[in-house]
Amino acid sequence: MSSLSAPAESAAPAIPAVISGSRATVWLISTFIIALAVYYFIGVDQGAFSVFGNDMHIHEFVHDSRHFLGFPCH
Amino acid sequence: MIKRIIGRGVLAGAIAGLLAFAFARIFAEPQINQAIAYESGRDAATDALDKATGVTPPMAGPDIFSRTIQSTVGIGTGMIFFGMAMGAMFAVAYALCLGRTGRLQARTLSLLVAGGGLLGFYLVPFLKYPANPPAIGHPETIQQRGSLYLVMVLCSIVFLIAAVWLGQKLKPRFGNWNATLLGGAAYVAAVVIVMALLPALGHLAANVHLYGDHATETPLPLTDKAGQIVYPGFPADVLFSFRFYSVLAQVILWGTIGLVFAPMAQRLLQPAPATTAPAGTPDPVAA
Repeated sequence: MSSLSAPAESAAPAIPAVISGSRATVWLISTFIIALAVYYFIGVDQGAFSVFGNDMHIHEFVHDSRHFLGFPCH
Repeated sequence: MIKRIIGRGVLAGAIAGLLAFAFARIFAEPQINQAIAYESGRDAATDALDKATGVTPPMAGPDIFSRTIQSTVGIGTGMIFFGMAMGAMFAVAYALCLGRTGRLQARTLSLLVAGGGLLGFYLVPFLKYPANPPAIGHPETIQQRGSLYLVMVLCSIVFLIAAVWLGQKLKPRFGNWNATLLGGAAYVAAVVIVMALLPALGHLAANVHLYGDHATETPLPLTDKAGQIVYPGFPADVLFSFRFYSVLAQVILWGTIGLVFAPMAQRLLQPAPATTAPAGTPDPVAA
């Protein structure tokens, strides 16, 4: 058994193949959009672009993390 | 299946964000405070110079949140939500890679996708436009800097996806090893071209006009009319430490996502055959 461990490893149950179908696609796209929105509000909004006009609350609140995560801040 | 993958990705991202937050509290905040102290001192020196020459100093920006809030709840919220967003992105990428990227094991794929996230979202953009502490960055150029950074992020991610796709295409012809190398080489080449085309921040028109021809926006020594230095340039050690810790925080973040997601993915996708698989499959492997 132990001598077979290498081939057995590669013969381990294969990963279920491609995830597909319209329901999965909807989940993938909506997750992507929500994650993108969070990324935008933490990293970008009220800096280079602003969806709430001149307000600076989000920018100032996450100010330190924005710098530390590598985004240009102000 | 897809819901469970996404849920686990977000969970791994939240844990990763929490760890990165703890790291930031201990290592980044002292550097940020030193940078802000430098900025305040420099502003005071500039105001004194302006008064001496009869110019009214500009008004300081509003302080909506105190430094205490910013350096605790603020950075915590930012890091944890960023971690969750990256965990969600990670899960989407992981789900798309399943079955499309060769015979990788669930755990190996987790580490590879996390490495791709680190590279695409942070490390490659950082090579061109590294993270800056407070006090570095001219307000006049925030729009250009913001756009350039996002272009860099977008390119590095799109190229990375294209490189993986290319590697898969080349695999039948060149074999796994060489196809991977070719995909990697194509990625490096494309990234280098974009980096060469995008401007250095100091070379933006507004910066050249206001501050002269310098490669970056890092503050140089402040001089009076006679050319005497009245305030030093930005401390190099603070800048290095801040950037170094910024890279480490991202390594911690993506490393945690990959390592936390890996065992969950294995249980989800490759459950031990002894308990769930039908008879006739190979012996269970304690991997």
